[in-house]
Amino acid sequence: MEALKQKAKELLQNGDVKAVLGYAVGTAGVRRPHFARNPKQVDALVLDEKCTQNLATYLTKHEVKHLGKVAVVALPATQRALLQLVAERQLRDDAICLLAVDGGEVKTLSSGAEVEQHLALKTDAMPAADKAMIEKLMAMTREQRWAYWQQELSRCVKCYACRNSCPMCYCEHCTMDCNRPQWVPVASHALGNLEYHMVRAMHLAGRCVECGECGRACPVGIPVHLLTFFAEESTAKQFGQRAGHTAKLDYALSTFKPDDKETFIR
Amino acid sequence: MTEKFEPKITAFVCNWCTYAGADLTGTSRIKYQSNVRVLRVPCTGRIDFMLLMKAFQKGTDGVIVSGCHPNDCHYTSGNYHARRRWMVYKDLMDFMGVDTNRVTFSWVSAAEGARWAQLVNEVTDNIRNLGPYAEYKELAVAGIE
Repeated sequence: MEALKQKAKELLQNGDVKAVLGYAVGTAGVRRPHFARNPKQVDALVLDEKCTQNLATYLTKHEVKHLGKVAVVALPATQRALLQLVAERQLRDDAICLLAVDGGEVKTLSSGAEVEQHLALKTDAMPAADKAMIEKLMAMTREQRWAYWQQELSRCVKCYACRNSCPMCYCEHCTMDCNRPQWVPVASHALGNLEYHMVRAMHLAGRCVECGECGRACPVGIPVHLLTFFAEESTAKQFGQRAGHTAKLDYALSTFKPDDKETFIR
Repeated sequence: MTEKFEPKITAFVCNWCTYAGADLTGTSRIKYQSNVRVLRVPCTGRIDFMLLMKAFQKGTDGVIVSGCHPNDCHYTSGNYHARRRWMVYKDLMDFMGVDTNRVTFSWVSAAEGARWAQLVNEVTDNIRNLGPYAEYKELAVAGIE
């Protein structure tokens, strides 16, 4: 922790970065994002197992981009998200400054290649519980899955927290906000909810870095992250590429191979 | 309901192959079931999954999506892109419990008039057996629209 603060102060004092984005203690002990813009504000930084939010979400916001270069305290999920943002050309490779804490040691990663290297040492991705849940769902009959999702999604109030917390949902004009044509009913009734979540998952297929932020952000506890996880796994399985592992990646659904194998087209 | 159920089938077809194929079916005087509503789009690459969603939203019982065979796309690669999209979308529909038996993907070329008739007949019979897509229609009723 001290090493992290030390490093953050150094970066700010040398003028290498304009701000350090990390976690601080918020109301009732929750961990909230914290922008330290001078060395004094660095002291509020904390980093422990309660810090889960994917901070990459903030980096594509106008307000943050206007700050200039920002160093980010990056969990593995945040690192994957950053790589994917670079791959999608939302961030410049030289705009990266990650502070990765690894067993007390602070590593500064300042390019996509360095992040790739760092991530390659990590074992991957999806939490066992989520994996088990997806398998459980796939073992059900279709009708049971339908009933399960109808049950879960009936709680959805369409607050769009899942969209807004997602580092990959950076579009300034989201289909959900488009009303000419009105693709998806606005109200949070059964149809609107189902279609919203379907659209969200489809738009994240091949791009989801499996940080699970959407599921954590959901105020009514719908496991919406399972949908994007599933879509990502489906892409990975069928096209052999995963988001968030490399800074150079063509979007799976806007490229193709002439010999893509499917089983259902007649 | 005492009336016999007649399914509504929505077909999204590409301008260059399947639409021309369906045209050929007509000019060849081949009869097929009239349950299908053909919607012509420039290319299968244009068939966004949201179009399929919209069709179900508006009460279709089954969907046909059809375009040029691989390697035959008028725009070189539209059908390849479409194929990838369908591969993922079909998986996702299944995961969310949408009945994928109601969506038929196919390649029908401009020369395959007879095949188009056969496809429509098969799909229509299949959907007739499955019955109306009540699950999805209930959603729409529960909604405001």
